[in-house]
Amino acid sequence: MAEEKDPEKEKRKIKSVKKMKDIMTTYYIEAKMAEQTGKKVAWITSGGPVEPLIAMDVIPVYPENHGAMIGASKMGIDLCQKAEAMNYSSDLCSYARSDISCATVNGGPIGGLPKPDMLICCNNICGTVLKWYEVQARYFNVPLFILDTPFCHTQFTDEARKYVRKQIEEYILFLEDVCAKKMDHDRMKEVGKISVEGQRLWQAVLDTAQNKPAPLSAFDAFFHLALIVTLRGTKLAVDYYKELLAEMKQRIADGIGAVANEKYRLLWDNLPIWYRTKWLSEKFAAADACLVADTYTSAWCGALKYIDENNFLESMAEGYSRIYLNIGIDEMAREVIKMVDKYDVDGLVMHSNRSCKPYSFGQLDIQRIVRKERGLPSLMIEADMVDERFFSESQIATRIDAFMELVRERKGA
Amino acid sequence: MYTAGIDIGSITTKAALFKYGKLAATKLIFTGYNSEAAGKKIFTEILQEAGLKESEHIKVVSTGYGRGSVSFADKAITEITCHAAGARYLNNTIRFIIDIGGQDSKAILLDENGKVKNFVMNDKCAAGTGRFLEVMARALEIDLDKFGALSLKSQKPAPISSLCTVFAESEVISLISKGVAREDIAAGIHESIATRVSALAARAGLTVPVMITGGVAKNIGAVKALEKALNINTIISEHAQLTGAIGAAVLAQNLK
Repeated sequence: MAEEKDPEKEKRKIKSVKKMKDIMTTYYIEAKMAEQTGKKVAWITSGGPVEPLIAMDVIPVYPENHGAMIGASKMGIDLCQKAEAMNYSSDLCSYARSDISCATVNGGPIGGLPKPDMLICCNNICGTVLKWYEVQARYFNVPLFILDTPFCHTQFTDEARKYVRKQIEEYILFLEDVCAKKMDHDRMKEVGKISVEGQRLWQAVLDTAQNKPAPLSAFDAFFHLALIVTLRGTKLAVDYYKELLAEMKQRIADGIGAVANEKYRLLWDNLPIWYRTKWLSEKFAAADACLVADTYTSAWCGALKYIDENNFLESMAEGYSRIYLNIGIDEMAREVIKMVDKYDVDGLVMHSNRSCKPYSFGQLDIQRIVRKERGLPSLMIEADMVDERFFSESQIATRIDAFMELVRERKGA
Repeated sequence: MYTAGIDIGSITTKAALFKYGKLAATKLIFTGYNSEAAGKKIFTEILQEAGLKESEHIKVVSTGYGRGSVSFADKAITEITCHAAGARYLNNTIRFIIDIGGQDSKAILLDENGKVKNFVMNDKCAAGTGRFLEVMARALEIDLDKFGALSLKSQKPAPISSLCTVFAESEVISLISKGVAREDIAAGIHESIATRVSALAARAGLTVPVMITGGVAKNIGAVKALEKALNINTIISEHAQLTGAIGAAVLAQNLK
C-alpha cells in the first residue's frame, strides 16, 4: 500500500527544496570533477570573501558547509572520534574535527571534499580556522592565504580599513599567482554586484517571516542558506533566491505558515544543532511556536549596509570585518533587539554551542540585555552543532517545555 | 473534588492528593528503572490510603522527568511551573525557588503573583545536583541522612575545586588518603555545591523570600552552605521534597 501523504503537511512543504537539493548536488559533482575539467578548487571559511574566487573562475568549497552536512547526516560522532584518535582534543570545534579526520578517510555523506588547490582563511568568524587551515595546508601541501580582519569592538577604524584593504590586494595577487592568470577587474565588479543582489534577495527572503504566520521558519532558513554561503556572487544564487522569494510571497498570499498553528514567535541564536533540526522544529511546532528568525542565517546579509555594490573591492574590507561574530557584545545585543522588534518575537532561544566559542561567549550578557530592554523570556540550550555526544534529549525537552509554559503564560493564552 | 499531582524524578517519585483544594495525602517512593510503573504504583497507593477508588474521577497532573510516562494523567506540566505553584501553596510570599533535585538543579524567579518570571537550570552534568551529594557521601562512606549534619562540625572546610562529579570524587579520595578529617571534606563538598547553585541563583535574579525545595532541602549542610554563599536566610517547608507533586495537584484544580 502506498504511503498516504498528509495533505496538511504537504501544503506546508516548501517547493523550492527540491531545486536547492539539485543545485547543491550539481555543485558538489562539479567541484569533485574539477581535476578532470581543469578547474581550480579553493577551500574557504564560511565568512571568507568568496567573490574574487568566483571572478577568477575558481570553485569555492566550504568545509563548514560540509561540516553541517556531516552533522545533519548524523555522521559527526564517528568523524569527531577519528579526529580524537588523531590526537585532536574533544574541546576543539566539531567542524574542525570532522573536517580534519574526514580528509584522511574521504568519509562523510559525499565521500569527502574535492582536494583543494589552495586554502582561503578569513578569521572574521573565529580563531580556530587559523590552525585548522594550517593543518589542512600541510596535509594537502597547498598554499594558504590568511585574511586577518581585526575585531571591531566598537568601531571600524581607518587603520583597520587600510590594513584589510591592503590584504585584499594581496589576496588578489595570491589568486593570480596560484591560477597563473590576471584578475579581470570588470568581471570582478560584475561579481560584486551579483553578490550584493544575492544578499539583498536573501535578506528579502528572511524578511518575509515578519508576516504572521511566518511562511518560513529558521529551520527552513538553515537549509536554504546553503547557496548564499557557497555560491554568493553567482547568477545561480540570485535566480534561486528570486524563485524562493516568489514562493514565500505566494505562501503569504495563501496564508500558509511554516507552523500549522503559529501562536508564539521565537528568535534563535547560534548555529543550528544539525543532527536535531527535525526534532527541535517538531518540538516547537507542537507547542504552536515558530522560530521566525535567527542571528545565524542573517549573518550572510547583515553586513550589506557597509557594502557599496559599485565599489565592491573597496567596501568589502569593512563588510567582511563587521560581520555578526566580529563585533562587540553590545553591538550584538543591539542587533538581537532589532530582530526582536522587527520579527515581533515572544522569546529568545539560545544554543550554547560547545564548538563555537565566539558565538557562545557573551550569550549570557546578550540574554541579560535583551531581558532588560524588552523583558523577553529566554532559553539556553546546551549542545553542539555536530557532535551528538553533547546533546541530552530529556534535559533539553524539559527546558523547552518549561520555557514554552513561561511564554504561553506571558502571552496570556 | 479530588486532584492529584505525580512527580516522577530521576531518583524518587512523589505524589500529592488534594481534597477540596487542601492537601490531603502525600507519598514518596523510589522511581527505580520503570518510571511508568512507579507512577501507577504511587497513584494506587495514595488512593488506597485516602480510601478512594481509581474509578472516581480525579484530575491528575504529572511532572518531573517521567511526566510523559504517566498515561492516566490529564496533563503533563514541567517541574518548573509545578515547583512555582507548590512553593506558593506552601508559602504565598515566596518570590524565588532553589530546587536541587536528583539530576538537576534549578533557580526559579517568580513575580509578585507567583507566576514564573525566569528560570535557569544547571548545565547538563551532575555537578550541583543531589546525585553529586550521593556520590560524595558514598565515597566518604556516610549515610546521606547524616552527611549534612556531619559537615556542620567542620572548622576548616577542605576546598573541592573540580566542577566535574567524577573528578571531584577522585579529589575527595585523594583528600581521604591525605588524612583530611571527614567533616572537613564533607563541608568542602557542601560548599562546592552551594557555590555552583548560587551562581545559578544569581543568573536567574535572586529575590527574597527564597524557598529551597527538592530532596537536598532535607540536607542541613547544603542548606547552611547555600545560605552562607547567598548571604540570605531561606524558607524550607516540611514538604520540600514534595513541592513539585503538590504544585501539580494545585495546577490540576485549574483543569477543565
